[in-house]
Amino acid sequence: MKKTLLLILLLVSGNLLLAQQTFPVNGSYDIRPQLYAFTNATIVVNSGQTIANGTLLVKGRQIEGVGKGLNIPKGYLTIDLKGKYIYPSLVDAFSSYGTTDASREAGGFGGRQSIFVSTKKGPYNWNEAIRPETEVRALFSVDTKKADELRRAGFGSVNAINRDGIARGTSAAVALTDEADNRVFIKDRTAANYSFSKGSSKNDYPTSLMGAIALLRQTYYDAKWYGNQNEEYNISLAEFNKQQDLPQLFETDGWANTLRADKIAKEFGKRYLIKSGGDEYQRIAEVKATGASLIIPIAFPKAYDVEDPAEARNITLAQMKAWEMAPGNPAALEKAGVPFAITAFGLENVREFWANLRTAIDNGLSEQQALKSITENPATFLGIADQVGSLGKGKLANFIVTSGPLFKKDNIIFENWVQGKKFQVNKIDVTDLKGVYNLTVDGVAAANLRITGSGGGSAATVERTGTDSLKTTASLSRNGDWVAISFNSKKSPTGSVRLSGYVVSANPLTMKGESALPDGSTGRWTATFREALKADAQKEEPKAALAQGKLVYPFGVFGYEEAPKQETVLIKNATVWTNEKDGILQNADILLANGKIKAVGKGLSAGGATVIDATGKHVTAGIIDEHSHIAGSGGINEGAQSSSAEVRIADIINSEDVNIYRQLAGGVTTSHILHGSANPIGGQSQLIKLRWGKAPEALKFAGSDGFIKFALGENVKQSNFGTGARFPVTRMGVEQTYVDGFTRAKEYEKAMKIKGNNVRRDLELDALVEILNNKRFITCHSYVQSEINMLINVADSLGFKINTFTHILEGYKVADKMKAHGIAGSTFSDWWAYKYEVAEAIPYNGKIMHNVGVTTAFNSDDAEMARRLNQEAGKAVLYGGVPEEDALKFVTLNPARMLHIDDQVGSLKAGKDADVVIWSEHPLSIYAKAEKTFVDGVPYWDITRDAEVQKTQQAERARLIRKMLESKTKGARTQRPAADAPRLYNCETLEDYAAELDHATAHQH
Amino acid sequence: MKRSIITTYMLSLVLTASGLQAFAQANISPAKKQDRTIAITGATIHVGNGTVVQNGTIVFSNGKIVSVTPNGQAPQDASVISASGKHIYPGFIAPVTNLGLTEIEAVKATIDFREIGTYNPHVRSLIAYNTDSKVQPTLRSNGVLMAQVTPQGGVLAGSSSVVQLDAWNWEDAVLRADDAIHLNWPQTPRFRGGFGRFAQQSPEALQEATNKSIDELKAFFAEAKAYAEIAKPEVTNTRFEAMRRLFNGQEKLFVTADSQKDIVAAIRFAKGMGLNPVLVGGDEAYLVANFLKENNVAVVVKQPHSLPANNDDDVNMPYKNAARLANAGLTVVLSIEGYWQQRNLPFMAGTAAAWGMDREKAVSAVTLNTAKILGIDKTAGSLEAGKDATLFVSAGDALDMKTNKVEKAFIQGRDINLDNLHKQLDKKFSDKYSGK
Repeated sequence: MKKTLLLILLLVSGNLLLAQQTFPVNGSYDIRPQLYAFTNATIVVNSGQTIANGTLLVKGRQIEGVGKGLNIPKGYLTIDLKGKYIYPSLVDAFSSYGTTDASREAGGFGGRQSIFVSTKKGPYNWNEAIRPETEVRALFSVDTKKADELRRAGFGSVNAINRDGIARGTSAAVALTDEADNRVFIKDRTAANYSFSKGSSKNDYPTSLMGAIALLRQTYYDAKWYGNQNEEYNISLAEFNKQQDLPQLFETDGWANTLRADKIAKEFGKRYLIKSGGDEYQRIAEVKATGASLIIPIAFPKAYDVEDPAEARNITLAQMKAWEMAPGNPAALEKAGVPFAITAFGLENVREFWANLRTAIDNGLSEQQALKSITENPATFLGIADQVGSLGKGKLANFIVTSGPLFKKDNIIFENWVQGKKFQVNKIDVTDLKGVYNLTVDGVAAANLRITGSGGGSAATVERTGTDSLKTTASLSRNGDWVAISFNSKKSPTGSVRLSGYVVSANPLTMKGESALPDGSTGRWTATFREALKADAQKEEPKAALAQGKLVYPFGVFGYEEAPKQETVLIKNATVWTNEKDGILQNADILLANGKIKAVGKGLSAGGATVIDATGKHVTAGIIDEHSHIAGSGGINEGAQSSSAEVRIADIINSEDVNIYRQLAGGVTTSHILHGSANPIGGQSQLIKLRWGKAPEALKFAGSDGFIKFALGENVKQSNFGTGARFPVTRMGVEQTYVDGFTRAKEYEKAMKIKGNNVRRDLELDALVEILNNKRFITCHSYVQSEINMLINVADSLGFKINTFTHILEGYKVADKMKAHGIAGSTFSDWWAYKYEVAEAIPYNGKIMHNVGVTTAFNSDDAEMARRLNQEAGKAVLYGGVPEEDALKFVTLNPARMLHIDDQVGSLKAGKDADVVIWSEHPLSIYAKAEKTFVDGVPYWDITRDAEVQKTQQAERARLIRKMLESKTKGARTQRPAADAPRLYNCETLEDYAAELDHATAHQH
Repeated sequence: MKRSIITTYMLSLVLTASGLQAFAQANISPAKKQDRTIAITGATIHVGNGTVVQNGTIVFSNGKIVSVTPNGQAPQDASVISASGKHIYPGFIAPVTNLGLTEIEAVKATIDFREIGTYNPHVRSLIAYNTDSKVQPTLRSNGVLMAQVTPQGGVLAGSSSVVQLDAWNWEDAVLRADDAIHLNWPQTPRFRGGFGRFAQQSPEALQEATNKSIDELKAFFAEAKAYAEIAKPEVTNTRFEAMRRLFNGQEKLFVTADSQKDIVAAIRFAKGMGLNPVLVGGDEAYLVANFLKENNVAVVVKQPHSLPANNDDDVNMPYKNAARLANAGLTVVLSIEGYWQQRNLPFMAGTAAAWGMDREKAVSAVTLNTAKILGIDKTAGSLEAGKDATLFVSAGDALDMKTNKVEKAFIQGRDINLDNLHKQLDKKFSDKYSGK
């Protein structure tokens, strides 16, 4: 026994070390010729070329030749593959194979730990998420278990990526053999890798998606600067520069981040290969426009358990539709002409690969494209097409031997050869036993044996007609040509009959052997082939029903199949609140055309316009929310540093946020999306119009001035949460943050102007310089008079202007100073008492500022309140008796003024944008409903259409639920319904979920 | 006589406009006992029970309502207030609020509404209720004159009490001590992801955790009920002593639950315990309106001004919820979360009315219906003879911010001061800028 073990050990180790040039061998060398000739096979060389009856010659690790009628030199071991197929082994361009997997990703955008710079020893980048010095070639090790799983699915090589960090360093292409690490490398540096996830970095920064984007952007500038300086030694930046010649592989989780990555690429003249999320079909036009090549997963969503309507309610229409439509994603990309590879990454188990790929084909992906996407494309994207991805002389002998065409449902992968080494997946020489046999067993009445199932037969039944009629399932086990069958004979004899034997002849197919009867007696048995199985016994499983649903924009609830059109509309006989010197016009008309207001007045004529009779109704300009946090992704606070002027809300606009639609229903047409209030100098804001259904970029308010969020008080001092270890923790420190920032900005600006200076471009200071030059404008979150006074003084002394104080709940105490400095005030109508700095917040604040002459607005900072801003304006009438016309301006014209867009929106005047609301009643009343909300003349909200859409979507949900139930009945795997939690942001939202839990009760602004 | 009273009213208006504001918040004293009969005439009287008396006269004396009549005459000895074209409402009642239990929510030292622990039926809000808070006067001036002061947190949060909002101390303020025990039904998580430690858990694991909480809760109630059968237990358990009041009907059970499954589970549990619960929250109550009707459960709709519970819901669902329930025949009470926020309670009724609730029913949902579920409807909640004269006069529709203008308010006949910190600060700084 011991001897055998030793022998096995020797054999195994011998194999492993085979032809390992620099490695010593324990024992005698066993170097074999490795010359193979595969003949008579259908050889698919690549997606465009197939050789019938071809020959493939393998010499060592490589292919020696492929073609028809090749001469087989002496010494080649010939393997006859008549009837079988050879394909190139699959290439996976995106894999964590052989690297320490990214379970560490749990870190994500976590809580703040007060770790401000890198904890990594050595001259590396300040931020741990920038780690281009990481090289997979240096940390890779063969994982025999995973290699086996991947090979079984047909893969021969993968691009191994260390999925950790924003700049992740280089990946390596490796072959999936179980040889020593030194033997598997195909290419040691395939690509430089990136993502928006900070991974295992311990640094607080970035805490948000926009912070991650800003960090990457800054790194490009840092690297550029690094190349021309000699003050600092920085391995990370040096490596970053070195890697720019490689393919740039960016991992995202879906189309939205894919578009974001592409924006960065364009900004820096790069071309990214993007591993996307599999949802590209939802915005295919935008994805195509990036021009990027993609790597896409085929981990399609599982159906949900929808038997319980109460639970099914928790699944969104978007989730349901994604279940139906995601399998069509590869086809959609093919149709759009986007070059793409398919990865097994993301599958719960790589065994699902083929089932899912076939589902994709059922949903319209061509087999040719499918093959290309799993062989040539990934190889080409990574620059290893000269070695893998197709068959040809000099390429690696990576190929699979299959029973039939690769994409046929019952195709079997027999062998997967990797670097000239055979790995058996399924036994190749198995006789196909499927069919009906005459079964004779000694001591048992004759019967029929029917063998069915996968492979060469895996299930059996025994049947007999007549007086001793019988129909019973038999157990069938096989090991090659050895067969064991047992069944319950029920009577004559009663009990189980056991047969053991083997295939004795191929034509006619005959099995023979020993039998054992219930009474213990033994004898002989024979089964002789009589006929093939009838077609109906082999019927194909029904194909998964194809998507019947339509794409809607945005993808999910309240989406449009067809975008509503810009209309020429004449609204007649309304009470028109012009916000102009005409004041409120009774029985007046307003004409909208080409996205603009064409005329306001009485007795306007229609022309070809759609006429809306608005008798008894009111018409106002669209509501403008000066302070909003909707429509963002991945957090609106980058709070890890006291200044985050470099981050941009523009980078993270989320066009799919249902709050856009909800707010249109409240008459909102323009929202100023602000950074949060976690730090004194926050991030750059983005003005959007609520063009529901459009892609993120199309939401942006064109040509508007840039703004930036500043903040004062308890939030930036971190008074009410967290550890408060970040500077500043007092109002004294807040002042010095500004003094320091703007002083540095001035010096920076000066240094930049000196010719020949290699000044490091600093995106944070760039923003401050813009402020100093009146090219970017401040809206500052503020509460108490002391700090407001302070910032006015700091601004005066350092030579910048404050555009708006937002929240400004003690504005009434310093209204005269604001007026003198021309600073606007955007406040809450009536919030107070929730924290100490609002102890003297009063609902008369708006009135007093207004009366003193400050441009005054009411804002929301809240996705719910934003849809009732007209009512909030009504409170200016309640508290202090602001004239109604002026009160309405608090949420229309005045915010437009403070955002410098009053020449385009905010009032009803010919030439301005057709951002118009029709209200059922007086707009400041609680009884008023927005019936129609136009943005650029497009009726994005229509209360009547909304009712219809709800009905349609109810029907669509019902259809999808039926379909899910059917698919579950047919055996599809399902998941328990759980909706994704809605992310609502206000000023104080830190992407610190744990802290959020603790503070969930304190809804604070 | 009449003339002199009208003069007094005029004078008080003048005072309200200027003189009184000279006093600081500390000097906004509780009003003196009603010492003469008052008649308010010519008003639209919203009775609170769903009816309206046009051109009505309300007469009250010794703190109690004597009569409410259309075109009524004021008694000879009454002080008469003409309220022609104005509206009179019963004082609005804010249910389920932490009013008076906190002053500055972010300052821990001012938080007295959340006790530590899971089962605290024995903690009582009443004794922590701060009558000297700066908040109450800001509510009174919008018509909110009573409140159910309610503890929060844990599974059993404690016992609430009902108070009126013009008092020297909590003993003065109390209308009904220990009216209800508040149960937070363990929630079935509806979402995955996004919330700290829960983010990593499967829906199954989350459900399991909830089930465990429910099992514990059931055991607590079962033991408490058994305990309540013994008049003098060998060992006294103060928690169970508090629960005794639930089982013998002295206190009601208010149950907070939002999703349809939780609502059904919570109500069935309470019914099974022999209790008649009031449902609080009820985001999805409209989905189980029939069930609630069958079980005769009143619903406190927690926050009409909120976002839809689910991403795909009708965008206006929270506005419509109350109306749906009322139209299904349920007793509906409106509320709003928080304490200072209670000054917006009238507008919750306005919203319900805007979205399909009969306007007078909406008034009931902040007056008589509330009084009923708090057990004070014999003395409060509607303007009917014999009840407390707790009411206010608004120049316009009090449910609409555009027209809510509270000019007079009475609590148990006492003519209360409508000044507040905010009005004082308004005056202080308006004067600054106008150079006064």
